[in-house]
Amino acid sequence: MTKITLNGTERAFDQDPAMPLLWAIRDLAGLNGTKYGCGVGLCGACTVHVDGKAERSCMLTLGDVEGASVTTIEGLDPDGNHPVQIAWRDLNVPQCGFCQTGQIMQAASLLTENPKPSDEEILTSMAGNVCRCGCYQRIVNAVRLASTGS
Amino acid sequence: MLKYLEPMTEPPNREVHLAKVTRRGFLGTAGVFALAAYAMPADAFETYPTGATEMPHGVVDDPLVFVSIDADGTVTLVAHRSEMGTGSRTSIPMVMADEMEADWDRVRIVQAPGDEPKYGNQDTDGSRSMRHHIQAARKIGGSVRTMLARAAAAEWGVDPAEVTVEMHEIRGPAGQTAGFGDFAEAAMAQPVPAHDEIAYKTEDQFRYIGKGEVQITDLHDITTGAAVYGADVVLDGMKFAVVARPPVVGGRATSHDATETLAVPGVESVHELPYGGLAMKFAPLGGIAVVASNTWAAIEGRRKLKVEWAAGEHGSYTSGPYMDEMIATSEAPGMPARDQGDVDSAFANAAKRVVRTYTQAHIAHIPMEPPAAIASYTPQGLEIWAPVQSPYTARTDTAAALDLDPEKVRVNVTLLGGGFGRKSKGDFVTEAALLSREVGAPVRVQWTREDDVKHSFYHTISAERIEAAINADGRVTGWLHRSVAPSILSTFAPDNGTPMPLEQGMGLTDVPFDIANIRCESGKAFAHTRIGWFRAVSNLPHAWAIGSFVGDLAQELGKDQKQMWLDLIGAPRTLDPKAAGLPDDFWNYGEPMAEFPIETGRLAHVLNVAADGIGYGKDLPEGEGIGLAVHRSFVSYVACAAHVKIVDGRITVPQMHMAIDCGFCANPERVKSQMEGAAVMGMTNALHSGITFENGAVVESNFHDYDVVRSDNYPDVVTHIVPHPFEVHATGVGEPGAPPVAPAIANGLFVATGERRRALPMGTQA
Repeated sequence: MTKITLNGTERAFDQDPAMPLLWAIRDLAGLNGTKYGCGVGLCGACTVHVDGKAERSCMLTLGDVEGASVTTIEGLDPDGNHPVQIAWRDLNVPQCGFCQTGQIMQAASLLTENPKPSDEEILTSMAGNVCRCGCYQRIVNAVRLASTGS
Repeated sequence: MLKYLEPMTEPPNREVHLAKVTRRGFLGTAGVFALAAYAMPADAFETYPTGATEMPHGVVDDPLVFVSIDADGTVTLVAHRSEMGTGSRTSIPMVMADEMEADWDRVRIVQAPGDEPKYGNQDTDGSRSMRHHIQAARKIGGSVRTMLARAAAAEWGVDPAEVTVEMHEIRGPAGQTAGFGDFAEAAMAQPVPAHDEIAYKTEDQFRYIGKGEVQITDLHDITTGAAVYGADVVLDGMKFAVVARPPVVGGRATSHDATETLAVPGVESVHELPYGGLAMKFAPLGGIAVVASNTWAAIEGRRKLKVEWAAGEHGSYTSGPYMDEMIATSEAPGMPARDQGDVDSAFANAAKRVVRTYTQAHIAHIPMEPPAAIASYTPQGLEIWAPVQSPYTARTDTAAALDLDPEKVRVNVTLLGGGFGRKSKGDFVTEAALLSREVGAPVRVQWTREDDVKHSFYHTISAERIEAAINADGRVTGWLHRSVAPSILSTFAPDNGTPMPLEQGMGLTDVPFDIANIRCESGKAFAHTRIGWFRAVSNLPHAWAIGSFVGDLAQELGKDQKQMWLDLIGAPRTLDPKAAGLPDDFWNYGEPMAEFPIETGRLAHVLNVAADGIGYGKDLPEGEGIGLAVHRSFVSYVACAAHVKIVDGRITVPQMHMAIDCGFCANPERVKSQMEGAAVMGMTNALHSGITFENGAVVESNFHDYDVVRSDNYPDVVTHIVPHPFEVHATGVGEPGAPPVAPAIANGLFVATGERRRALPMGTQA
């Protein structure tokens, strides 16, 4: 039995602790906003927050996060109005949208740690999140907007 | 009434609204009526023919199929095209709403299931959505507005011409007012007006069309994680499956040992899927499926599966030597595809000849969402949820694979996490259906990224040889282009090594240059993997070769590359297919040439706009250069000006200007996003995308060896959209941005470094 706090609620998972957190979130907890994109930590589609910090949920096992607080896109803001989410909508960032929850979780974590990142810091922080539609320009602009208001 | 089965299973968390559009939906109260307030000429919108009527099941413009109005006035519009990121799920309903004078805030969009006899063609590919459906969308919206007005006029006893419909409100001459809901039922009981009975809006009356201010309908859901993609539908009792597929197309499992697989907690069963190979359309590849209680257990179970594979006839396919063979093929005369003038004498009399060969590797689409599908089979029928570009094809193909009546199969379309052509092919849907029948429970099939990279329908592999004859004045007098690439046809029929006119028409035979003597040929090439269409299809290798060759010619002739382009394009003119020696079966993206001609003035114009936009000609430091390329595809014209900069030996492209002429532009905001995306994907094609084969199997497997452009090296894109009135027909947007990007980068790289790259992918280092 692995206990974690998921979006503020304590959850117990009666599963092999070797199960990747990604699949526990999706298949067991039924929270499907966290996406599978590569399974090996190379695309960022599955990004969640573990104790407030962006992590690739495909690269962590349930056992790794025992006792930790895990936040998914569904728990980022009760109304879906985190400043990053608002900036994303203001700039019409998404095309297909599939990678966007991971992008938003990565950006939110960056701004928590570093509220006024330089452009270089934004580019480096976001480089692990792939967008095959190619929304990078708007992604970077949205992170700036969420950070600085412009 | 819907012809479908009632949904057999109601997934608990499903947000993909099913289209239950029936007359019963048009709840209304009293019957009155109103008419279009616009005193506009009835010919404000002149219809024109498109290739839409040649598509399977054509176009449906019946408002009763696409529109319903609730008693509270909520307007429900059906989106029958799949949403994979282009915005068509928003833009086409937006056109309907504008002509209807519906308030966008009171519009709801539902996604149609795969049912082409009802909705018309649903193949979301070929950059056709707006091009083929904008007229129907206007007709549908205008019809409903007219029907609302007539219903109100009848009730109020006034002339329909005195009734106005504006922003969800119907007003009569004596101050009567009503909402859409008040007349919903009466309006829908009105006869559907003919085109010339509808007072269409003039362009200055458009509220949403052409403005780019309507946000995509799924924006909020996408940013909160509520949007539903292929793997996000959950059914009661659903099983999870992954499939071990033959590494070589056409291969088979000769034996397998699932002992360890079945010992993995959560794994429930293992099933062999029927054989699939080339020339079997979108049939699954076969292999061994592992069914489990969650995705991870299925993946773990597959990891422990022991399978012996027989490779079959494509087991010797190795792409490096195959490329050498294709290049050799391009050295010899091929099958004629276009012949204009006398190329032989142009070359015999040439003062100089320039010949170059350009190659491109296979490409896998790798949409961020790998293929996934959910199927629920019961003896009563089969219901599917899947991210498919062609839901009706998936429905009929899957029905055939299970020997079912298509009427007993329903395909619900989720959002697509990218498609790029991959999700036109429903092999993954059929896998889920076969497995659901096998295990007697709903099954979700999940492709891993490795599955996606290794078992795609790949963009073809190509060698393009172009030779130019130059006369004593330095003018190009002869053009010989030989194209060698396995054909998509091999996926559908036994391969004869010959391309289709559809592939040749994508940038090979339609080269619009002002050269007296032009010959285009195709060399034989046989497919040894599944060849499919990838965003922009054969335009990619053709535009890559032609655009790079223009740069090579400029160097050989000592000309500026922009001047070289403009000299080759020549004076503004409309290509005369006969005089140009185009074949009778020339393929103009399925469009009538009279309506969608090849206009060189538009080609030159977008080149000038992109070049001017980026400041072409300005002084740049060493190690930087601007490259230009322009290409017509999907009956649109797109130019790319790419600013290449070498940073610590790495090829970067800090800025691109994209100029597009796509005729009338209904949603400039989404056109802009498509150009930004095409710039990134084109740059990925240029630097990264190379799928290679060894002994029939794909070598690459995931982002570590098949990477893409990321946010640390993306181009800032400035998009220029050439403005046009509605009379200039709307053309393609989703694909035509990509082709000019790679040659523009190559041309810029040459300026920056003096080195010319002629093989794609060209790599990330200068």
